[in-house]
Amino acid sequence: MTKALSIKDLYKTYDNGTQALKGINLEVEQGDFFALLGPNGAGKSTAIGIICSLVNKSSGQVEVFGHDIDKNLAAAKTQLGLVPQEFNFNMFEGVEQIIVQQAGYYGISRKEAKKRAQPLLEQLGLWDKRDAQSRELSGGMKRRLMIARGLIHEPKLLILDEPTAGVDIELRRSMWEFMQELNREKKTTIVLTTHYLEEAESLCRNIAIINHGEIAENTSMKALLAKLDLETFVLDTTGLPATMPKINGYDVRVRDETCIEVDVHKGDGVNGVFEELSKQGITVLSMRNKANRLEELFVRLVENPHGEAKS
Amino acid sequence: MNLVAFQTIVIKEITRWTRIWTQTLLPPAITMTLYFVIFGNLIGSRVGEMDGFGYMEYIVPGLIMMSVITNSYGNVVSSFFSSKYQRSIEEMMVSPVSNWVILAGYVGGGVLRGLFTGLIVTIVASFFVDLQIHNFWVVISVVLLTSILFAIGGLINAVFAKKFDDVAIVPTFILTPLTYLGGVFYSISLLPEFWQGVSKLNPIIYMVNAFRFGFLGKSDIQIGIAFAIILVFIAILTSFAMYLLNRGIGLRA
Repeated sequence: MTKALSIKDLYKTYDNGTQALKGINLEVEQGDFFALLGPNGAGKSTAIGIICSLVNKSSGQVEVFGHDIDKNLAAAKTQLGLVPQEFNFNMFEGVEQIIVQQAGYYGISRKEAKKRAQPLLEQLGLWDKRDAQSRELSGGMKRRLMIARGLIHEPKLLILDEPTAGVDIELRRSMWEFMQELNREKKTTIVLTTHYLEEAESLCRNIAIINHGEIAENTSMKALLAKLDLETFVLDTTGLPATMPKINGYDVRVRDETCIEVDVHKGDGVNGVFEELSKQGITVLSMRNKANRLEELFVRLVENPHGEAKS
Repeated sequence: MNLVAFQTIVIKEITRWTRIWTQTLLPPAITMTLYFVIFGNLIGSRVGEMDGFGYMEYIVPGLIMMSVITNSYGNVVSSFFSSKYQRSIEEMMVSPVSNWVILAGYVGGGVLRGLFTGLIVTIVASFFVDLQIHNFWVVISVVLLTSILFAIGGLINAVFAKKFDDVAIVPTFILTPLTYLGGVFYSISLLPEFWQGVSKLNPIIYMVNAFRFGFLGKSDIQIGIAFAIILVFIAILTSFAMYLLNRGIGLRA
């Protein structure tokens, strides 16, 4: 089946000599919910810019649903919707005007665009603001406006570049639901970049991590998380003895007078930890994961791009 | 050609310049009224006749043309640069709109503002002078082609502009001097032969004179040459604008 997105040997060197992309290869299947992660300056936005014709590539090939952007750019663009990282609409234009104009650029008549705009704006909670100038909207509303604008031509591939940055938790959750529904019901392929790794872990089925202009990892979310064979738990206790408690088979670190961190290898289970602590008269009040699992892997991959993700 | 996209850009532009009518439509009406009062009524009566016409009658075509040039250019340069500055130009860049349509849409919006302003100035002028039209088609074709030419010029300026100052440099230091020295207020036949030759290097001379010919049937230069020069400039600037847009100069990293 034709890939929703196919990138081959993509290079980008800016005029100032910065090599932003060093030959990345990437494929996104149709209907996928794909995470493209990487630290700031890793090359994510450059890659997205090239896919969306906002940045000129130095070399390489990009295909969107089989349409090569060098040979059939208009067809590729028709399949593509972009929700960029930064607000990029005219601040003096109205909400509905922005949406209808965007549809017009795709050859959709004003009448049809207005028909499409209403349910979209209603779904995103912007219908009441349709006549407001975009500069009058709150940050969350502006984000939703960009999503509506990116969807008005019903693209088969939607690229969301940090869509939930600076959005409160409640709105973020509702945007997650919206994106999931879009992927599930309308079969829209979604490529998501985000710094909220919890977001990527919850939403995405496949993942690529880009670092220093290279793909550091490209696999399914399940396979990537399976690489993590060690989890760190934080345990709050009623109190610790003066000397650091030793628990056979586990690495333990004391955080403060009541709190310890324990590394648990996959398959070992945590029962042994409780048994050992109980023997030493230490009562555990609560326990939590130290960090998001994906976050741990991400940090390791980014800090050691050529190393193994395993501990 | 994606006609819906073309129409969308033109409507967007009309919406923009009508929304800010106090910045776009009102100033030329006031400025030109002042020109007519001061240069036409007060000073004009002392100047006497120019090429056999009352001074007021003589300068009206030039003043209309001046407002058309300024507004066609100004609309595209400020609107396109503003789209670059706010990055809303990316809305078009990610869509399948061709660069031809982007150019035509912005030029269309600029031309409509230029012509609308020209109409306002013409209406204002009709309060001061009894306007005659010698050749309607020359008037229409010259004003339309000149408006197109300067609208394209405005887009090229906007492509290169990196800050708001860059938007004002060309109109202030090139366009205004060329327009004032372009025979708006005088006949170049009044100048010594050397300066007549120099004046003929100024392309605006040809536009103003061709336009004046349409009204008064009198021109310092041949109308055919004027049309040829305008068309050659349109062809050159269109090619250059398309080159810039296709290469993404000033737009894509």
